[in-house]
Amino acid sequence: MSSPSSPGPPSRSGALLLRFNNSRNALGFVFMLPAAIFLLGFLTYPLGLGVWLGFTDTRIGRAGDFIGLQNYIYLMDDEVFWLSVFNTVIYTLVASILKFALGLWLALILNEKLPFKSFFRAIVLLPWVVPTVLSALAFWWIYDAQFSILSWSLMKLGLIQQPINFLGDPFNARVSVIAANVWRGIPFVAISLLAGLQTIPVSLQEAASLDGATPWKRFRYVTLPMLTPIIAVVMTFSVLFTFTDFQLIYVLTKGGPVNATHLMATLSFQRGIPGGQLGEGAAIAVAMIPFLLASILFSFFGLQRRKWQQGGKD
Amino acid sequence: MAPVDFINVRKSFGAVPIIKGVNIEIADGEFVILVGPSGCGKSTLLRMLAGLENITAGEIHIGGRVVNKMPPKERDIAMVFQNYALYPHMTVAENMGFSLLMNGVSKLEIAAMVKPAAEILGLTNLLDRYPRQLSGGQRQRVAMGRAIVRNPQVFLFDEPLSNLDAKLRVQMRVEIKELHQRLKTTTVYVTHDQIEAMTMADKIVVMHDGIVEQIGAPLELYDRPVNLFVAGFIGSPAMNMIEGRLSLSDPSVFLTAAGTALPLARPVDAAKDMALIYGLRPEHVRLDASGIPATVVVTEPTGSETQVIVRLDEADLTLMFHERIDVHPGETLHLAIDTSAVHLFDKETGVRL
Repeated sequence: MSSPSSPGPPSRSGALLLRFNNSRNALGFVFMLPAAIFLLGFLTYPLGLGVWLGFTDTRIGRAGDFIGLQNYIYLMDDEVFWLSVFNTVIYTLVASILKFALGLWLALILNEKLPFKSFFRAIVLLPWVVPTVLSALAFWWIYDAQFSILSWSLMKLGLIQQPINFLGDPFNARVSVIAANVWRGIPFVAISLLAGLQTIPVSLQEAASLDGATPWKRFRYVTLPMLTPIIAVVMTFSVLFTFTDFQLIYVLTKGGPVNATHLMATLSFQRGIPGGQLGEGAAIAVAMIPFLLASILFSFFGLQRRKWQQGGKD
Repeated sequence: MAPVDFINVRKSFGAVPIIKGVNIEIADGEFVILVGPSGCGKSTLLRMLAGLENITAGEIHIGGRVVNKMPPKERDIAMVFQNYALYPHMTVAENMGFSLLMNGVSKLEIAAMVKPAAEILGLTNLLDRYPRQLSGGQRQRVAMGRAIVRNPQVFLFDEPLSNLDAKLRVQMRVEIKELHQRLKTTTVYVTHDQIEAMTMADKIVVMHDGIVEQIGAPLELYDRPVNLFVAGFIGSPAMNMIEGRLSLSDPSVFLTAAGTALPLARPVDAAKDMALIYGLRPEHVRLDASGIPATVVVTEPTGSETQVIVRLDEADLTLMFHERIDVHPGETLHLAIDTSAVHLFDKETGVRL
């Protein structure tokens, strides 16, 4: 190591610099500073500002005053808000379960010996690689009331008589946006679980098959328990992504028809930006925080503890 | 317990032949060790017996039944893997009882069957631990416990001791042998370590490059290796191999390339110009003032024996003396060879003469 001080009697500022360079704490602080500034500027400040706005009556073009919980009290009686909460929960629940089931299934298939294995693995990633807005636009065409390729195919097959109203009917619209979200979310789940599957030694599967386990029992007693930690992490992320989804809905339905597909994120935007009620929009966004914390805690305590106990209880 | 037969077994991965026609008969209760250098096909053969690799041609019999197409779980065999393959999310007891659970045995019975197996292996107070809380030797014992608890027809061991340190390896060698003497289950054991093979086996199968070089009892292989490969593979330190040919005048004398005469027990019937290998085990030499002179290069005293590397002509020979001899590099030793223990091989074909 070279000494930072120059030869000869050090000047006063040189001595300070030397002491500074030799201090672990000061150096550590300096090294952390860029990250800290980044976090404060781009995470803490916007989050704090959002929370603050939720307590004000700010509108676009007018600085607001502190009004306490009035935004929240108003939202308590707002049916549209509660509908968006309901939509968000259903959307997250159904989409996450489907993404998990289909993603795990896909991962198990990709983990087998297949011809062109790496090709298929690359293909599976495609929906995730395409920018959401682009894939949402593609789905918009697929779900188009007149020109939908799905309706067209089904009509050509003679299964239906007239085009399906994918995005115009509340139930259909919900199913459609969930399907699009599942399509987009599967690669993340599948590839992550595939990575997890590959950490399970082949010899464990061989030992289990010698021990008399059928393929289903091998999955149930060996693969699944060993995959649990990864499942916990992947599904936590998947739930967070789904709960906060915005782009897909905004492009496909903008929350319609009759707010049937409005999620909390889209409602917050709609009230805040086009509607101009920044304070109210912020309050809706802040209202998502308890749900997100709950899902993190659920995975932390529920799944994490099971990992600890793996095999500890039957 | 059951006999095992390999009948002209072959295996290819794509176009590459790995096992090139293997015939082995294993009697009921026998402890057989497949030994050979890496890549000789011994592990593949074991995995074919387990049902983890399919068989390209030939037949494998367990207890008289052809098992070629039988899935592993129906073969009634237990295997100890090189990395133990313990289920990390199960306790020792659960690991040992897993095969019973898979076969529909009730929890009470499982506990009753795991207990004696744990006692045999000294695992009784570890039953509630997880594999990662165990030492290498304990994991090894759990892997064996998992095998013995279900009382299979055949035990398979795939290099089970290669992840252990030298001292533990010696100890586990004894334990496995003792276990076999106690249970008398047919055992097929794969290793690349000829000492493991020599010390544990009833019968050794030496494999090389996908074929069986020789099958026999340990001392049989040691005393009468059928070819150069077996001669060089079995025995530690390895047999000394000296190149040369027979003396033109006396067929009971071997001449090294440099012309040093080495004695043979009897006249050998071979072409005079045939290139030969004179095989001499390190311990079949004693000191004798009228013997062949050789220069000491290095001495390696180990306490119980003394190894001396000497130079004879251009070749280094390893000698082993059970008494302590005090020699120094550069000194000349005079060696008398125990001619009854000399092996002679055809250099071209490697076959014993």
